[in-house]
Amino acid sequence: MEHFALWLSAFLTLGILSFLYKDNPWYKLSEAIFVGISAGFWFVTLFWDNLVGKFWDGWQDEPMLFVGAALGFLMLLRLVPKIGWISRWPLAFIVGATSGLWLMNYLASNIMVQVQATIQPLFSISYASGFDAGWGAIISSLVIVVGTFTGLVYFFFSKEHKGAFGGAARVGIFFIMITFGASFGYTVMSRMSLLIGRMDFLLGDWLGMIG
Amino acid sequence: MSVRTKELIALGVISLFALIFYLGKVWGWGTFEFPTLLSFIVMAFIGLSLLWILILTLKGRLIERRVVFVYVGFAVALPLFMSFSQKITISPEVYQLHEAIMELPAGSKVLISFDYDPPSAPELQPMAESIIRVCFERDLKVIVMGLWPQGPQQANLALERVFEDSAILAKNLQYGEDYVNLGFQAGNEFVIQRMGSSFESMFSSDYEGTPYREIPLVRNVRNFSNVDFSVNLSAGFPGTVEWVQIAVDRYGLLMGAGNTAVQAPVMYAYLNAGQLEGLLGGMSGAAEFEAVAEYRAKGTKFMLSQTFAHVVVIAFIIIGNVAFFRSGRKSKLKGN
Repeated sequence: MEHFALWLSAFLTLGILSFLYKDNPWYKLSEAIFVGISAGFWFVTLFWDNLVGKFWDGWQDEPMLFVGAALGFLMLLRLVPKIGWISRWPLAFIVGATSGLWLMNYLASNIMVQVQATIQPLFSISYASGFDAGWGAIISSLVIVVGTFTGLVYFFFSKEHKGAFGGAARVGIFFIMITFGASFGYTVMSRMSLLIGRMDFLLGDWLGMIG
Repeated sequence: MSVRTKELIALGVISLFALIFYLGKVWGWGTFEFPTLLSFIVMAFIGLSLLWILILTLKGRLIERRVVFVYVGFAVALPLFMSFSQKITISPEVYQLHEAIMELPAGSKVLISFDYDPPSAPELQPMAESIIRVCFERDLKVIVMGLWPQGPQQANLALERVFEDSAILAKNLQYGEDYVNLGFQAGNEFVIQRMGSSFESMFSSDYEGTPYREIPLVRNVRNFSNVDFSVNLSAGFPGTVEWVQIAVDRYGLLMGAGNTAVQAPVMYAYLNAGQLEGLLGGMSGAAEFEAVAEYRAKGTKFMLSQTFAHVVVIAFIIIGNVAFFRSGRKSKLKGN
């Protein structure tokens, strides 16, 4: 069974990689198997964890679970075209509840704390690391202040980007480009890591050529 | 000979190659490792061939895109056979996470959330293994969980690997007393929210089905205030962002994070603001943590492939730009 699992896994991995040569039936088969198994896995997981694990096993202790179950049932009414509009009610509940939760979370973590981390003394790189008067810290603080300010100027479209304002926006573009470049570099590293993982499987686990 | 025939022959050769080496593995041929001299020869050969492609490009002969794929494939595969490793420079954020764990007194409870699945394992699994190993070396209690269904399985794989170490095995750590796997819980960020008031309401039993109150390690763990430190290993949503926003900022949990490289740039904002106690970004983060923990494993091994692949990608970016300017497309785009 172990041999079969290894060969099947290698067969599917090579099938996906074969797309690099050109689109072909082997790739299509591997992709279809992946999509099908993913859908099945999620369905079974959520069925046993949510429907059975939470609702079926827990409704005696928490009758409020019936509200969630009822909303879930109403969502399924999308499958009946004549009364499909009812599914908007649970959808509205989800949107409302999620918005309420995320509004506070983002306001606190991604706005207030980040603003606090940007508005900082010149001689302290961040309030977390405390006082630091080294040249590196001063330059870092300046980069954060200039980058944040000019980046915001670039996204201010109510005034034409001309003169000093335009110059600040142009500096902002440079900061944004550097940010995109850093993100792209990290993304390349991430994708390469996936390939390395598969190569390690093919050459190590499957063929036993590397340790 | 038709293209289809050539393709079938290539497929046959690859299959035969695979079968021979697979039988070799079964018969115990062992692994292959390039001597240092051969490793340098291979590197020089790849470098010279890239130079040759650059010269061809300058002469106006463009290569096929599949050649790029072959080069990237070789750049990733060949270093796995090489005997030497590269020097790893440790970033402050990696050092910070290691220090945060090392400063915990013995017996402290560390919550590790495995919020990823097998596709992200090459980056995050080495982090998981080395972090768990450091925790066990320091006699810390480890509680693992997952907001992704496959997370707890990844945790078990990491634990298995850590227990292969004789020094860790000698500690005779007991499941339920020294470490526990609480399993997966559906509900994304709402699980974190509920854990802020009650762990048990989200994890009524562990991965093996043992009721929460019967597990000695977590019997007295009511919420985040009973956890000393946490590490989130994340590949997306739900992950570090949600943990920071809810567990860190709302409940004051101390947390370090290990992320896939795609996510890492976003997390630096949280690190700079003091919301994270250290950060491991991608495979390089894993390798750096292994270096600081003095535990050389797959993260370190994979970094050579990562470096080679990056060099090849940079080389092809240069070649691509040369081809772009050589072909005069810039002037065509301008309408000249």
